[in-house]
Amino acid sequence: MNQEEQVQLLGLWGSPFSKRVEMVLKLKGIPYEYIEEDVYVQKSPMLLKLNPIHRKVPVLVHQGKSIAESLVIVEYIEDTWKTSYPILPHDPYERSMARFWAKYVDDKVMLTLWKACLGPESEREKMVEEAYEGLKCLEKELGDKQFFGGETIGFIDIAADFIAYWFGIAQEASGVMIMTGEKFPKLQRWSENFVGNSIIKEVLPPKQKLLALFKAQFGNDPSK
Amino acid sequence: MVTGDVKLIGSWASVFVMRARIALNLKSISYEFLQETFGSKSELLLKSNPVHKKMPVLIHADKPVCESNIIVQYIDEAWSSYGTSILPSLPYDRAIARFWAAYIDDKWFIALRSILTAQGEEEKKEAIAEVEERTEHLEKAFIECSNGKPFFNGDHIGFLDIALGSFLGWWRVVELDANHKLLDETKTPSLFKWAERFCNDPAVKPLMPDTANLAEFARKLFPKPQP
Repeated sequence: MNQEEQVQLLGLWGSPFSKRVEMVLKLKGIPYEYIEEDVYVQKSPMLLKLNPIHRKVPVLVHQGKSIAESLVIVEYIEDTWKTSYPILPHDPYERSMARFWAKYVDDKVMLTLWKACLGPESEREKMVEEAYEGLKCLEKELGDKQFFGGETIGFIDIAADFIAYWFGIAQEASGVMIMTGEKFPKLQRWSENFVGNSIIKEVLPPKQKLLALFKAQFGNDPSK
Repeated sequence: MVTGDVKLIGSWASVFVMRARIALNLKSISYEFLQETFGSKSELLLKSNPVHKKMPVLIHADKPVCESNIIVQYIDEAWSSYGTSILPSLPYDRAIARFWAAYIDDKWFIALRSILTAQGEEEKKEAIAEVEERTEHLEKAFIECSNGKPFFNGDHIGFLDIALGSFLGWWRVVELDANHKLLDETKTPSLFKWAERFCNDPAVKPLMPDTANLAEFARKLFPKPQP
Protein backbone atom coordinates (compact mmCIF):
# COMPACT_ATOMS: atom_id res chain seq x y z
CA MET A 1 0.00 0.00 0.00
CA ASN A 2 1.51 3.33 -0.96
CA GLN A 3 1.76 6.37 1.30
CA GLU A 4 -1.36 8.02 -0.16
CA GLU A 5 -3.52 4.98 0.51
CA GLN A 6 -2.50 4.70 4.15
CA VAL A 7 -5.11 5.59 6.71
CA GLN A 8 -4.11 7.38 9.88
CA LEU A 9 -6.33 7.97 12.86
CA LEU A 10 -5.64 10.52 15.57
CA GLY A 11 -7.53 9.38 18.62
CA LEU A 12 -7.79 9.23 22.39
CA TRP A 13 -7.71 5.86 24.19
CA GLY A 14 -10.79 6.49 26.33
CA SER A 15 -12.97 8.49 23.96
CA PRO A 16 -16.21 6.90 22.68
CA PHE A 17 -16.04 9.26 19.67
CA SER A 18 -12.57 8.10 18.76
CA LYS A 19 -13.57 4.47 19.29
CA ARG A 20 -16.54 4.80 16.92
CA VAL A 21 -14.11 5.29 14.08
CA GLU A 22 -11.83 2.46 15.18
CA MET A 23 -14.80 0.10 15.40
CA VAL A 24 -15.82 0.85 11.82
CA LEU A 25 -12.26 0.55 10.51
CA LYS A 26 -11.92 -2.83 12.22
CA LEU A 27 -15.36 -4.08 11.12
CA LYS A 28 -14.46 -3.24 7.54
CA GLY A 29 -10.99 -4.74 7.85
CA ILE A 30 -9.24 -1.47 6.93
CA PRO A 31 -5.67 -1.29 8.18
CA TYR A 32 -4.67 2.00 9.79
CA GLU A 33 -1.96 3.72 11.77
CA TYR A 34 -3.18 4.85 15.17
CA ILE A 35 -1.74 8.00 16.71
CA GLU A 36 -2.62 8.69 20.35
CA GLU A 37 -3.36 12.32 21.13
CA ASP A 38 -3.43 13.19 24.80
CA VAL A 39 -5.69 16.17 24.22
CA TYR A 40 -6.04 16.96 27.92
CA VAL A 41 -2.30 17.38 28.34
CA GLN A 42 -1.09 18.91 25.10
CA LYS A 43 -2.62 19.14 21.65
CA SER A 44 0.00 18.27 19.07
CA PRO A 45 0.88 20.59 16.18
CA MET A 46 -0.37 17.85 13.87
CA LEU A 47 -3.83 17.88 15.48
CA LEU A 48 -4.05 21.66 15.46
CA LYS A 49 -3.13 21.68 11.77
CA LEU A 50 -5.52 18.90 10.78
CA ASN A 51 -8.52 20.06 12.84
CA PRO A 52 -8.07 23.80 13.37
CA ILE A 53 -11.80 24.46 13.83
CA HIS A 54 -12.57 22.10 16.72
CA ARG A 55 -9.07 20.96 17.82
CA LYS A 56 -10.50 17.60 18.81
CA VAL A 57 -10.08 13.93 18.07
CA PRO A 58 -10.89 11.78 16.23
CA VAL A 59 -9.34 12.96 12.97
CA LEU A 60 -8.93 10.61 10.03
CA VAL A 61 -6.21 11.20 7.46
CA HIS A 62 -6.55 9.51 4.07
CA GLN A 63 -5.01 10.35 0.71
CA GLY A 64 -3.35 13.38 2.27
CA LYS A 65 -6.65 14.87 3.47
CA SER A 66 -8.08 15.11 6.95
CA ILE A 67 -11.65 14.63 8.14
CA ALA A 68 -13.03 15.47 11.58
CA GLU A 69 -16.22 14.72 13.56
CA SER A 70 -16.75 11.03 14.33
CA LEU A 71 -20.04 10.41 12.51
CA VAL A 72 -18.85 12.41 9.47
CA ILE A 73 -15.74 10.20 9.45
CA VAL A 74 -17.86 7.03 9.71
CA GLU A 75 -19.96 8.10 6.71
CA TYR A 76 -16.74 8.92 4.82
CA ILE A 77 -15.39 5.42 5.51
CA GLU A 78 -18.73 3.97 4.41
CA ASP A 79 -18.68 6.01 1.17
CA THR A 80 -15.08 5.10 0.40
CA TRP A 81 -14.99 1.41 1.33
CA LYS A 82 -18.39 0.39 0.05
CA THR A 83 -18.00 -3.33 -0.39
CA SER A 84 -16.92 -4.51 3.03
CA TYR A 85 -19.33 -4.67 5.98
CA PRO A 86 -21.99 -2.02 5.20
CA ILE A 87 -22.67 0.20 8.19
CA LEU A 88 -25.67 1.97 6.69
CA PRO A 89 -28.69 0.28 5.10
CA HIS A 90 -29.14 0.39 1.34
CA ASP A 91 -32.71 1.73 1.29
CA PRO A 92 -32.96 5.58 1.44
CA TYR A 93 -35.73 5.53 4.06
CA GLU A 94 -33.85 3.09 6.29
CA ARG A 95 -30.74 5.24 5.89
CA SER A 96 -32.64 8.34 7.00
CA MET A 97 -33.87 6.46 10.08
CA ALA A 98 -30.33 5.33 10.91
CA ARG A 99 -29.08 8.91 10.64
CA PHE A 100 -32.02 10.20 12.69
CA TRP A 101 -31.39 7.86 15.61
CA ALA A 102 -27.61 8.31 15.49
CA LYS A 103 -28.17 12.08 15.71
CA TYR A 104 -30.64 11.57 18.56
CA VAL A 105 -28.04 9.61 20.51
CA ASP A 106 -25.36 12.20 19.77
CA ASP A 107 -27.35 15.38 20.39
CA LYS A 108 -29.80 14.36 23.08
CA VAL A 109 -28.89 11.20 24.91
CA MET A 110 -25.13 11.14 25.45
CA LEU A 111 -24.81 14.47 27.16
CA THR A 112 -27.79 13.92 29.46
CA LEU A 113 -26.48 10.50 30.51
CA TRP A 114 -23.09 11.98 31.32
CA LYS A 115 -24.55 14.95 33.19
CA ALA A 116 -26.94 12.67 35.10
CA CYS A 117 -23.84 11.01 36.56
CA LEU A 118 -21.36 13.85 36.68
CA GLY A 119 -23.29 17.10 36.29
CA PRO A 120 -23.79 19.79 38.93
CA GLU A 121 -26.22 18.85 41.73
CA SER A 122 -28.63 21.61 40.73
CA GLU A 123 -29.08 20.09 37.28
CA ARG A 124 -28.92 16.46 38.25
CA GLU A 125 -32.61 15.74 38.88
CA LYS A 126 -33.59 17.24 35.53
CA MET A 127 -30.79 15.35 33.75
CA VAL A 128 -31.81 12.04 35.33
CA GLU A 129 -35.38 12.57 34.13
CA GLU A 130 -34.19 13.44 30.63
CA ALA A 131 -31.85 10.45 30.67
CA TYR A 132 -34.79 8.14 31.41
CA GLU A 133 -36.79 9.67 28.58
CA GLY A 134 -33.93 9.25 26.14
CA LEU A 135 -33.30 5.64 27.11
CA LYS A 136 -37.02 4.85 26.90
CA CYS A 137 -37.09 6.12 23.31
CA LEU A 138 -34.11 3.99 22.43
CA GLU A 139 -35.52 0.92 24.19
CA LYS A 140 -38.66 1.30 22.07
CA GLU A 141 -36.71 1.82 18.84
CA LEU A 142 -34.50 -1.21 19.50
CA GLY A 143 -37.46 -3.50 20.16
CA ASP A 144 -36.62 -7.16 19.75
CA LYS A 145 -33.82 -6.63 17.24
CA GLN A 146 -30.40 -7.94 18.16
CA PHE A 147 -28.84 -4.65 17.20
CA PHE A 148 -30.32 -1.29 16.14
CA GLY A 149 -28.94 -2.22 12.73
CA GLY A 150 -30.86 -5.53 12.73
CA GLU A 151 -28.82 -8.68 12.73
CA THR A 152 -25.52 -6.89 12.39
CA ILE A 153 -23.95 -3.86 14.02
CA GLY A 154 -24.82 -0.68 12.13
CA PHE A 155 -24.64 3.09 12.25
CA ILE A 156 -26.90 3.58 15.26
CA ASP A 157 -25.10 0.89 17.30
CA ILE A 158 -21.77 2.57 16.57
CA ALA A 159 -23.15 5.99 17.52
CA ALA A 160 -24.54 4.53 20.75
CA ASP A 161 -21.24 2.93 21.83
CA PHE A 162 -21.12 5.15 24.91
CA ILE A 163 -24.41 3.68 26.11
CA ALA A 164 -23.29 0.09 25.53
CA TYR A 165 -20.01 0.36 27.41
CA TRP A 166 -18.90 3.66 28.87
CA PHE A 167 -22.17 4.46 30.59
CA GLY A 168 -22.20 1.29 32.66
CA ILE A 169 -18.74 2.15 33.94
CA ALA A 170 -19.77 5.77 34.62
CA GLN A 171 -22.73 4.46 36.63
CA GLU A 172 -20.41 2.24 38.65
CA ALA A 173 -18.02 5.12 39.30
CA SER A 174 -20.71 7.62 40.28
CA GLY A 175 -23.17 5.33 42.05
CA VAL A 176 -26.01 6.76 39.95
CA MET A 177 -28.15 3.89 38.59
CA ILE A 178 -30.32 4.80 35.63
CA MET A 179 -29.88 2.08 33.05
CA THR A 180 -30.57 -1.21 34.74
CA GLY A 181 -31.52 -4.59 33.34
CA GLU A 182 -34.92 -4.34 35.04
CA LYS A 183 -35.84 -0.95 33.66
CA PHE A 184 -34.28 -1.41 30.21
CA PRO A 185 -34.05 -5.13 29.46
CA LYS A 186 -33.73 -4.70 25.69
CA LEU A 187 -30.94 -2.12 25.95
CA GLN A 188 -29.21 -4.32 28.51
CA ARG A 189 -29.32 -7.31 26.16
CA TRP A 190 -28.13 -5.10 23.29
CA SER A 191 -25.20 -3.77 25.33
CA GLU A 192 -24.08 -7.31 26.08
CA ASN A 193 -24.35 -8.30 22.41
CA PHE A 194 -22.46 -5.21 21.32
CA VAL A 195 -19.67 -5.45 23.86
CA GLY A 196 -19.44 -9.22 23.32
CA ASN A 197 -18.85 -8.89 19.59
CA SER A 198 -15.36 -10.22 18.84
CA ILE A 199 -14.30 -7.18 16.82
CA ILE A 200 -15.80 -4.55 19.11
CA LYS A 201 -14.24 -6.24 22.13
CA GLU A 202 -10.76 -5.71 20.66
CA VAL A 203 -11.32 -1.98 20.34
CA LEU A 204 -12.89 -1.09 23.70
CA PRO A 205 -10.66 0.63 26.27
CA PRO A 206 -9.84 -1.43 29.39
CA LYS A 207 -12.60 -1.23 32.00
CA GLN A 208 -10.38 -0.72 35.03
CA LYS A 209 -8.53 2.15 33.37
CA LEU A 210 -11.83 3.88 32.49
CA LEU A 211 -13.25 3.23 35.94
CA ALA A 212 -10.21 4.84 37.56
CA LEU A 213 -10.50 7.82 35.20
CA PHE A 214 -14.19 8.32 35.94
CA LYS A 215 -13.73 7.91 39.69
CA ALA A 216 -11.07 10.59 39.61
CA GLN A 217 -13.42 12.82 37.64
CA PHE A 218 -16.32 12.20 40.01
CA GLY A 219 -14.04 12.77 42.97
CA ASN A 220 -14.84 9.35 44.38
CA ASP A 221 -11.47 7.75 43.92
CA PRO A 222 -11.04 5.51 46.94
CA SER A 223 -7.27 5.62 46.58
CA LYS A 224 -7.32 9.36 47.34
CA MET B 1 -39.13 5.26 -7.15
CA VAL B 2 -42.65 6.54 -7.63
CA THR B 3 -43.21 10.26 -7.12
CA GLY B 4 -46.55 10.36 -5.50
CA ASP B 5 -47.93 11.28 -2.18
CA VAL B 6 -45.29 13.69 -0.87
CA LYS B 7 -46.23 15.99 1.98
CA LEU B 8 -44.16 18.46 3.94
CA ILE B 9 -45.16 19.79 7.34
CA GLY B 10 -43.67 23.23 7.90
CA SER B 11 -43.86 26.96 8.14
CA TRP B 12 -42.96 29.79 5.73
CA ALA B 13 -40.64 31.34 8.30
CA SER B 14 -38.56 28.32 9.23
CA VAL B 15 -34.99 27.99 7.99
CA PHE B 16 -35.06 24.25 8.46
CA VAL B 17 -38.31 23.82 6.53
CA MET B 18 -36.85 25.89 3.69
CA ARG B 19 -34.01 23.43 3.33
CA ALA B 20 -36.44 20.62 2.56
CA ARG B 21 -38.42 22.80 0.14
CA ILE B 22 -35.31 23.88 -1.78
CA ALA B 23 -34.27 20.23 -2.12
CA LEU B 24 -37.74 19.25 -3.38
CA ASN B 25 -37.60 22.14 -5.87
CA LEU B 26 -34.17 21.06 -7.11
CA LYS B 27 -35.61 17.64 -7.89
CA SER B 28 -38.86 19.12 -9.28
CA ILE B 29 -40.93 17.07 -6.86
CA SER B 30 -44.48 18.27 -6.34
CA TYR B 31 -45.70 18.08 -2.78
CA GLU B 32 -48.49 19.18 -0.51
CA PHE B 33 -47.30 21.86 1.89
CA LEU B 34 -49.00 21.60 5.27
CA GLN B 35 -48.52 24.94 6.99
CA GLU B 36 -48.37 24.80 10.77
CA THR B 37 -50.13 27.51 12.76
CA PHE B 38 -47.82 29.55 14.95
CA GLY B 39 -48.27 28.72 18.62
CA SER B 40 -49.72 25.23 18.19
CA LYS B 41 -48.66 21.86 16.82
CA SER B 42 -50.93 19.85 14.56
CA GLU B 43 -51.98 16.26 15.30
CA LEU B 44 -50.14 15.12 12.20
CA LEU B 45 -46.91 16.77 13.33
CA LEU B 46 -47.09 15.22 16.78
CA LYS B 47 -47.87 11.82 15.28
CA SER B 48 -45.17 12.01 12.58
CA ASN B 49 -42.40 13.32 14.81
CA PRO B 50 -43.21 12.06 18.30
CA VAL B 51 -39.57 12.26 19.42
CA HIS B 52 -38.90 15.97 18.74
CA LYS B 53 -42.39 17.29 17.86
CA LYS B 54 -40.72 19.70 15.43
CA MET B 55 -40.89 20.64 11.78
CA PRO B 56 -39.95 20.01 9.06
CA VAL B 57 -41.34 16.52 8.57
CA LEU B 58 -41.35 15.03 5.10
CA ILE B 59 -43.97 12.35 4.62
CA HIS B 60 -43.31 10.19 1.58
CA ALA B 61 -45.68 7.31 0.87
CA ASP B 62 -46.90 7.68 4.47
CA LYS B 63 -43.40 7.34 5.93
CA PRO B 64 -42.13 10.33 7.93
CA VAL B 65 -38.56 11.62 7.68
CA CYS B 66 -37.38 14.16 10.27
CA GLU B 67 -34.46 16.57 10.78
CA SER B 68 -33.79 19.02 7.94
CA ASN B 69 -30.33 17.86 6.81
CA ILE B 70 -31.43 14.23 7.01
CA ILE B 71 -34.50 15.08 4.91
CA VAL B 72 -32.30 16.80 2.29
CA GLN B 73 -30.07 13.72 2.06
CA TYR B 74 -33.14 11.50 1.85
CA ILE B 75 -34.53 13.57 -1.04
CA ASP B 76 -31.18 13.29 -2.83
CA GLU B 77 -31.05 9.51 -2.37
CA ALA B 78 -34.72 8.69 -2.96
CA TRP B 79 -34.84 10.73 -6.17
CA SER B 80 -31.24 10.24 -7.21
CA SER B 81 -31.98 10.24 -10.93
CA TYR B 82 -34.00 13.49 -10.80
CA GLY B 83 -32.52 16.94 -11.28
CA THR B 84 -28.99 17.69 -10.10
CA SER B 85 -27.10 15.91 -7.32
CA ILE B 86 -27.50 17.62 -3.97
CA LEU B 87 -24.60 15.93 -2.17
CA PRO B 88 -21.20 16.06 -3.93
CA SER B 89 -20.15 12.86 -5.67
CA LEU B 90 -16.69 12.32 -4.13
CA PRO B 91 -16.54 10.87 -0.59
CA TYR B 92 -14.11 13.52 0.66
CA ASP B 93 -16.25 16.38 -0.69
CA ARG B 94 -19.31 14.79 0.91
CA ALA B 95 -17.49 14.59 4.24
CA ILE B 96 -16.47 18.25 4.04
CA ALA B 97 -20.04 19.27 3.19
CA ARG B 98 -21.36 17.29 6.18
CA PHE B 99 -18.66 18.71 8.45
CA TRP B 100 -19.54 22.31 7.63
CA ALA B 101 -23.28 21.65 7.72
CA ALA B 102 -22.84 20.38 11.29
CA TYR B 103 -20.70 23.44 12.12
CA ILE B 104 -23.37 25.77 10.77
CA ASP B 105 -26.08 24.24 12.95
CA ASP B 106 -24.03 23.54 16.08
CA LYS B 107 -21.81 26.63 16.21
CA TRP B 108 -22.70 29.33 13.71
CA PHE B 109 -26.50 29.36 14.12
CA ILE B 110 -26.24 29.30 17.90
CA ALA B 111 -24.09 32.42 17.75
CA LEU B 112 -26.50 34.13 15.33
CA ARG B 113 -29.49 33.37 17.52
CA SER B 114 -27.74 34.68 20.63
CA ILE B 115 -27.67 38.14 19.04
CA LEU B 116 -31.48 38.10 19.12
CA THR B 117 -31.65 36.80 22.67
CA ALA B 118 -28.79 38.95 24.03
CA GLN B 119 -29.54 40.85 27.22
CA GLY B 120 -27.92 44.25 27.01
CA GLU B 121 -25.35 45.86 24.74
CA GLU B 122 -22.31 44.03 26.11
CA GLU B 123 -23.79 40.60 25.46
CA LYS B 124 -24.92 41.72 22.02
CA LYS B 125 -21.42 42.94 21.11
CA GLU B 126 -19.92 39.60 22.19
CA ALA B 127 -22.48 37.67 20.18
CA ILE B 128 -21.79 39.81 17.11
CA ALA B 129 -18.04 39.25 17.42
CA GLU B 130 -18.62 35.49 17.64
CA VAL B 131 -20.81 35.47 14.52
CA GLU B 132 -18.22 37.49 12.62
CA GLU B 133 -15.43 35.10 13.58
CA ARG B 134 -17.49 32.04 12.61
CA THR B 135 -18.61 33.63 9.35
CA GLU B 136 -14.96 34.09 8.44
CA HIS B 137 -14.46 30.35 8.86
CA LEU B 138 -17.36 29.85 6.44
CA GLU B 139 -15.77 32.28 3.96
CA LYS B 140 -12.64 30.08 3.93
CA ALA B 141 -14.81 26.97 3.65
CA PHE B 142 -16.57 28.50 0.64
CA ILE B 143 -13.29 29.27 -1.12
CA GLU B 144 -12.04 25.72 -0.54
CA CYS B 145 -15.26 23.93 -1.43
CA SER B 146 -16.30 26.01 -4.44
CA ASN B 147 -12.86 25.87 -6.04
CA GLY B 148 -13.61 28.87 -8.22
CA LYS B 149 -17.18 27.85 -9.02
CA PRO B 150 -20.33 29.81 -8.05
CA PHE B 151 -21.58 27.56 -5.22
CA PHE B 152 -20.21 25.44 -2.36
CA ASN B 153 -21.36 22.48 -4.44
CA GLY B 154 -19.77 23.74 -7.66
CA ASP B 155 -21.90 24.71 -10.65
CA HIS B 156 -25.21 24.04 -8.91
CA ILE B 157 -26.61 24.57 -5.44
CA GLY B 158 -26.05 21.62 -3.16
CA PHE B 159 -26.22 20.39 0.41
CA LEU B 160 -23.93 22.96 1.97
CA ASP B 161 -25.37 25.88 -0.03
CA ILE B 162 -28.80 24.86 1.24
CA ALA B 163 -27.58 24.39 4.82
CA LEU B 164 -26.22 27.96 4.99
CA GLY B 165 -28.31 29.76 2.40
CA SER B 166 -31.60 28.88 4.08
CA PHE B 167 -30.49 31.25 6.87
CA LEU B 168 -30.22 34.30 4.61
CA GLY B 169 -33.67 35.67 5.42
CA TRP B 170 -33.00 35.49 9.17
CA TRP B 171 -29.42 36.69 8.63
CA ARG B 172 -30.86 39.97 7.28
CA VAL B 173 -33.39 40.21 10.11
CA VAL B 174 -30.65 39.81 12.71
CA GLU B 175 -28.54 42.44 10.91
CA LEU B 176 -31.41 44.89 11.20
CA ASP B 177 -31.97 44.03 14.84
CA ALA B 178 -28.28 44.38 15.68
CA ASN B 179 -27.90 47.43 13.45
CA HIS B 180 -24.66 45.87 12.25
CA LYS B 181 -23.63 44.23 8.98
CA LEU B 182 -23.23 40.50 9.50
CA LEU B 183 -22.60 39.59 5.88
CA ASP B 184 -20.02 42.16 4.99
CA GLU B 185 -18.86 42.71 1.41
CA THR B 186 -15.38 43.72 2.54
CA LYS B 187 -14.85 41.11 5.27
CA THR B 188 -16.36 38.09 3.50
CA PRO B 189 -16.55 39.08 -0.18
CA SER B 190 -16.97 35.54 -1.56
CA LEU B 191 -19.88 34.73 0.74
CA PHE B 192 -21.45 38.10 0.02
CA LYS B 193 -21.54 37.40 -3.72
CA TRP B 194 -22.55 33.78 -3.17
CA ALA B 195 -25.55 34.95 -1.10
CA GLU B 196 -26.92 36.95 -4.00
CA ARG B 197 -26.47 34.08 -6.44
CA PHE B 198 -28.12 31.70 -3.98
CA CYS B 199 -31.17 33.91 -3.45
CA ASN B 200 -31.62 34.30 -7.20
CA ASP B 201 -31.56 30.59 -7.89
CA PRO B 202 -34.96 29.47 -9.26
CA ALA B 203 -35.24 26.74 -6.61
CA VAL B 204 -34.77 29.32 -3.84
CA LYS B 205 -36.34 32.58 -5.04
CA PRO B 206 -40.01 31.71 -4.48
CA LEU B 207 -39.23 30.47 -0.96
CA MET B 208 -37.08 33.23 0.56
CA PRO B 209 -39.36 35.16 2.92
CA ASP B 210 -39.76 38.90 2.66
CA THR B 211 -37.46 40.57 5.23
CA ALA B 212 -40.18 42.87 6.61
CA ASN B 213 -42.58 39.95 7.17
CA LEU B 214 -39.84 37.91 8.79
CA ALA B 215 -38.80 40.84 11.02
CA GLU B 216 -42.38 41.14 12.23
CA PHE B 217 -42.49 37.42 12.91
CA ALA B 218 -39.16 37.69 14.77
CA ARG B 219 -40.70 40.24 17.10
CA LYS B 220 -43.34 37.66 18.04
CA LEU B 221 -40.81 34.89 18.50
CA PHE B 222 -38.22 36.98 20.36
CA PRO B 223 -40.19 39.65 22.18
CA LYS B 224 -38.14 42.48 23.60
CA PRO B 225 -38.68 43.32 27.26
CA GLN B 226 -40.84 46.39 27.69
CA PRO B 227 -38.90 49.46 28.88
